[in-house]
Amino acid sequence: MENLFVNISGALRGWFTGMGLPPMAVEAIMALVFLVAILAFVLLNVVYLVYLERKLSAYMQQRLGPNRVGPRGLFQTLLDVLKLFGKEDIIPNAADRWVFRLAAILVMVPAIMAFAVVPFGQGMIAVDLNIGIFYFVAVSSTATIAFLMAGWGSNNKWALLGGMRTVAQMVSYELPMVLSLLGVVMLAGSLRISDIMAAQKTVWFVVLQPVAFLIYLVASTAELNRQPFDLPEGEQELTAGPFTEYSGMRYALFFLAEYTNMIAVSAIAATLFLGGPQGPWLPSWLWFVIKVYVMIGIYMWFRWTFPRIRMDHLLAFNWKFLVPLSLANVLVTGIGLEIYKWFQTIRW
Amino acid sequence: MVSPLVFWIVAGITIIAALAVVNLTNLIHSALWLIVAFVGVAITYLILEAEFLAAVQIIVYAGAIAILIVFGVMLTRRGDIRESNLFNNYRLAGGLISLGLMATIVTMVVKTQWAIDVAAVPANSVGLLAQNLLGQFVIPFEIAAMLLLVALVGAIIIAKEVRD
Repeated sequence: MENLFVNISGALRGWFTGMGLPPMAVEAIMALVFLVAILAFVLLNVVYLVYLERKLSAYMQQRLGPNRVGPRGLFQTLLDVLKLFGKEDIIPNAADRWVFRLAAILVMVPAIMAFAVVPFGQGMIAVDLNIGIFYFVAVSSTATIAFLMAGWGSNNKWALLGGMRTVAQMVSYELPMVLSLLGVVMLAGSLRISDIMAAQKTVWFVVLQPVAFLIYLVASTAELNRQPFDLPEGEQELTAGPFTEYSGMRYALFFLAEYTNMIAVSAIAATLFLGGPQGPWLPSWLWFVIKVYVMIGIYMWFRWTFPRIRMDHLLAFNWKFLVPLSLANVLVTGIGLEIYKWFQTIRW
Repeated sequence: MVSPLVFWIVAGITIIAALAVVNLTNLIHSALWLIVAFVGVAITYLILEAEFLAAVQIIVYAGAIAILIVFGVMLTRRGDIRESNLFNNYRLAGGLISLGLMATIVTMVVKTQWAIDVAAVPANSVGLLAQNLLGQFVIPFEIAAMLLLVALVGAIIIAKEVRD
């Protein structure tokens, strides 16, 4: 069971090589296979994450949630997707057409690209880059642009306000997020995902870096634009923020991107703080999915617990509290590392 | 080893994007094309096996375009955004200066004897980069950081208009 997916991948590779293809073509086809596998994983999960979120929120508010379509409402979100397929695609007359159209597609690009360095199991990273975690940071930093393009292209005051808020929020909260990851990188001594996983063989980094974990949790919630940091959308003030003018499949793509990002951010948290795909008895990929879902559960719990905060509080909290705290965390980690090294050199 | 064809395609796209940045009259479209140009440069770094530099290029330049657009929107005083990125009246002077600059760079590139190192790229280039930046070149590095900090503080003071 442990090597199920690794064996499938190896068999596919062997099959393609056996067909007499040049190594370059085999690599290209394998990259395509990985991409399709990642897309399948993400899409399947997103459909049921929406269901999970609706059910969880319902239970937290003492309701039943979706329960009409299929047993316990299990087919609700599938039918919702079908419904969105059938909706008319409306582009406002005054919209900046190309920007408006492109934004809905571009929003998915960084979301999917982030999965290239996610370790789905032991030896199951699509590309084990030696700048792994930095790649994740770089790719997710470009996510802002699609939201701003959507906000601008719609030519709608709420959309533009939402886009501006997205930029202010995502650019600000990127800083503590990256700095909190730095603590983990300092302990592991490497940016490579597999090295960071190996460094957590004995003790998870959530134990050694509790402050960094909390900072990451808060900052990533803001990066995901989820409650209590959902000011860019803020239904009561901005209708739906940057997505106000979108309909049908284009709207669905934004929705999809939000949940895809949530899986990616949870996966990175599971890898960097919760030991990655390691654990007793069960196969590593199953452990990984369990840990990712624990993280997703925390994000959903956040969403239905805290009320939305105000824009100026949001930015003040980031710049006056989170950033100094994360800088202090880096400093303390550095001093701690030196003390640890010094202790090891002493012969008792 | 990547085939040179890839480089030429990427270079072509980068140059087309750069031309679009200059020639489009809509400020927002110009800024968006700038992203394409920056990503093209990042891919060029990737072809040169400089992964870290490529990631930095994306995070520092392409990622920051969003802020550029916000400033572009907020500081544009023209009523019509479609005519917000026009040419000024210095075409002759600007053209001459650009030509002179280009001539200088081209002569420098052609005249220099480029040392070609066939050694393999070290596996851990990030560590080496860090050791050099924070070791041998720590003072220039810190001075650059100070300069940026001064610029930041200066910008805030100018924006807030100190009143006595």
